[in-house]
Amino acid sequence: MSNIKERKAMVETVAQKMGKSVFNENVAPKVTTPRMEYQKESSKVVSLQDAIRLSGLKDGMTISFHHHFRGGDKVVNMVVDELAKMGFKNLHVAASSLQDVHKPLIEHIKNGVITKISTSGLRGELANEISKGLMDEPVVFRSHGGRGSAIATGELHIDVAFLGAPSSDPLGNACGYSRSENAKSICGSLGYALPDAQYADKVVIITDDLVAYPNTPNSISERNVDFVVVVDSVGDSSKIASGAIRDTKNPRDILLAQLAAKVIINSGYFKDGFSIQTGSGGASLAAVKFIKDEMIKQNIKASFALGGITSHMVQLHQEGLIERLIDVQSFDKVAAESIKTDPMHKEVSANEYASADECGSATHYLDMVILSALEVDVNFNVNVLVGSDGIIRGAIGGHPDTAADSALSIIVCPLLRGRIPCVVDEVTTLITPGSSIDVVVTEYGIAVNPRRPEIAQRLKEAGLKIVDIKELKEKADKMIGKAAPLPFKDKVVGVVMNRDGSVLDVIKNIG
Amino acid sequence: MQRLRRTMMFVPGNNPAMMQDAFLYGPDSIMLDLEDSVTMAEKDAARLLVHNALKTIDYGNTEMVVRINPLNTPYGKKDIEAVVKAGVDVIRMPKTETADEVREVEAEIEKVEKELGCLGRTQIMAAIESTLGVVNAYEIAIASKRMMGIALGAEDYCANLKTQRSPEGNELLLARQTIVVAARAAGIDALDTVYSNLNDMETFRKEVELIKQLGFDGKSIINPRQIEIVNEVFAPKQKDIEKATAIIAAIKEAEKRGSGVIAVNGKMVDRPVVIRAQRTINLAIASGILKEEDIL
Amino acid sequence: MNINNAAAGTLESGDILVQILPPDSKGLKIELDSTVAYQFGDQIKKVIEETLSNLGISDALVKATDKGALDCTIRARVTAAVVRATGKDVWKD
Repeated sequence: MSNIKERKAMVETVAQKMGKSVFNENVAPKVTTPRMEYQKESSKVVSLQDAIRLSGLKDGMTISFHHHFRGGDKVVNMVVDELAKMGFKNLHVAASSLQDVHKPLIEHIKNGVITKISTSGLRGELANEISKGLMDEPVVFRSHGGRGSAIATGELHIDVAFLGAPSSDPLGNACGYSRSENAKSICGSLGYALPDAQYADKVVIITDDLVAYPNTPNSISERNVDFVVVVDSVGDSSKIASGAIRDTKNPRDILLAQLAAKVIINSGYFKDGFSIQTGSGGASLAAVKFIKDEMIKQNIKASFALGGITSHMVQLHQEGLIERLIDVQSFDKVAAESIKTDPMHKEVSANEYASADECGSATHYLDMVILSALEVDVNFNVNVLVGSDGIIRGAIGGHPDTAADSALSIIVCPLLRGRIPCVVDEVTTLITPGSSIDVVVTEYGIAVNPRRPEIAQRLKEAGLKIVDIKELKEKADKMIGKAAPLPFKDKVVGVVMNRDGSVLDVIKNIG
Repeated sequence: MQRLRRTMMFVPGNNPAMMQDAFLYGPDSIMLDLEDSVTMAEKDAARLLVHNALKTIDYGNTEMVVRINPLNTPYGKKDIEAVVKAGVDVIRMPKTETADEVREVEAEIEKVEKELGCLGRTQIMAAIESTLGVVNAYEIAIASKRMMGIALGAEDYCANLKTQRSPEGNELLLARQTIVVAARAAGIDALDTVYSNLNDMETFRKEVELIKQLGFDGKSIINPRQIEIVNEVFAPKQKDIEKATAIIAAIKEAEKRGSGVIAVNGKMVDRPVVIRAQRTINLAIASGILKEEDIL
Repeated sequence: MNINNAAAGTLESGDILVQILPPDSKGLKIELDSTVAYQFGDQIKKVIEETLSNLGISDALVKATDKGALDCTIRARVTAAVVRATGKDVWKD
């Protein structure tokens, strides 16, 4: 047997033939520093300004944000302020959603830093100004599934994603909670940020709790992260997630919840192993309580609960009534803590949650969903985005995704909010087509889409009051009179994209 | 079908939003209140609000009751005029102590009804809220053919007794039994007092079970959340429903044969049993246990 | 008819606060602030006008702050404000 020295000539010949170099043991000498020292540092950790500079961001490019910090978010304003200071112009902000707290963007739109917005929703003063025609280019609205899908297909290309995280290690392993004693904030799932992390050209993690490597189990992997920026605070923790969402005492919400629960229980889908999603509104949450009582009574367990997860769902899971929680957004602190500690409570990215074209989307396996609405029309079309005063005041969220994919979609809304009717001739803005809505629950009766006569039959047999949706609309008209048309003008301020990438509707300016 | 009065829900007379929504929760009766829940400064405005609401809002089959101010206040007479003109079903008199008070209210109602040409339309119920009222319960119950029921008002009554309400309600036992006996003797309904602690639904349920056992037709309530509990307690048991259904079927059968003799399983059925069977069926339908078509 | 400053109603949801003031010129002047101004502003003003005219009020300044009240509530509140402004009740004494 020859030794390696003797084979040297042959190694060189073979390497040359393969176009490779010959191994040189002096290239990577062994490093003997204690690794604990490395766990706390990395060349990825830079200032916000350096991260922006090094990312290669240029005027006209697209930056993205998530909305897991809800009304407490400080990341969007912090980053856009910095970009303005650095002189950037014509940027496209592609956020998973924008809130009241993002009012400062108005100035950045006026001074040309931001010229385009894509989002799931808009609220507050920013929404007000945009509804009145603040921007030249219309805001592009997508559902959560639609956004995930657009990012994955490249239709929505993100140049630099700025993703806030309650904890990250120096390499960028980040998640929506922290296990260190310096933890400042907790949001639980980072589901809406995951498509950005996976597909953006450059990813900047912004955290207020830099922890030592390895920050596992992690939501965002270091492999996808280019820079890590440490800041004092990513958000106001009291507005990110506080306690458990409180139960409603509003009798009308409780009534609606009871009716919604009866619809679910008698729908034909309430069987052992069913799956369910509910919203975070008062009626939706109260419905969970009634459903729970019936699950215990009939000894029925759910296989999973999906979507925005609340303390209510966590409780059912902990009591063994729901096997798994699939969480795209943790709605309260209880849910956020649960995702941190319970392996059966799993985070899901927006596209694995609700993409139309991802065959494994959780929504495809969803039996029933309870959804809210600002307006439903006599053709079962739903609006959750634009108020009946013509001002944008909501978010598409996962509404059209879950409605379309579930076996049974249930809208719960009061017939009247004060003098504002919720059942109308034609929705102000089309968000979820009537073809995917099955049942509308109001305090004046339950309407079932004529496409689902079997559901109407089952609910009637259960003694529920089933009415024609047109009767509900007439009832509203009788009580409040005929509403005058809204004074919309001719400028398009918003475009609503369907989840398959087609254009569903436009929003015009008003006032 | 005889009207059920399991729940009579109090709604403050100066709150438009609550007045609009009240019937949605399915109380058997709604009592719009012009008395204790309305301050002196707002009596005029509440009266107008109640008047307009009764005239306009579609309350479906819900029985509409208005609690007026006593006639010895500056408001009582105007209250009667306003609500009779709006077509109220029942006027509820507060703090009734004597039969004369009922007759005075009846006279005022008649004046307005004559003007409108609808003599006899408005019914009266009296709340008994004092020891004197309890002593006079039967006289009050038969004071007018318009009387549809008497109700206990326990707060003032307890103060009058020099005691407070307890969870067990021993202090109310005599008043409750007196009122039920007086109402039954007069052939009208008996309604129990309110229970105000919304955070203690268990004690509320016990109280409802007690008053049902005492013979009351129903209970005054202050919140929609109490409705379901009352209805559950008053819902007839399956065994009673089966018995009642058999009796009703026997009546139909007898009618078909043109016979006055009603028999179930070869046994004759007496008149009181028929009445109780009918009430059981009504309750079963109202509780959603039976459907109207089930007994056809 | 002599009109003094008077008001009726509240700012609760589903209610309307109606203020009646002596007119500074002939005719009715209605200032309406409503959460449903676009859709129901004209209807609300019409109900206020009709109610005033039925009560024989042709000259007045009305300031109304509406929180989504139904017509029957608007009628009740306008009437109550007029009763208070004129000292003349709609019911017999």
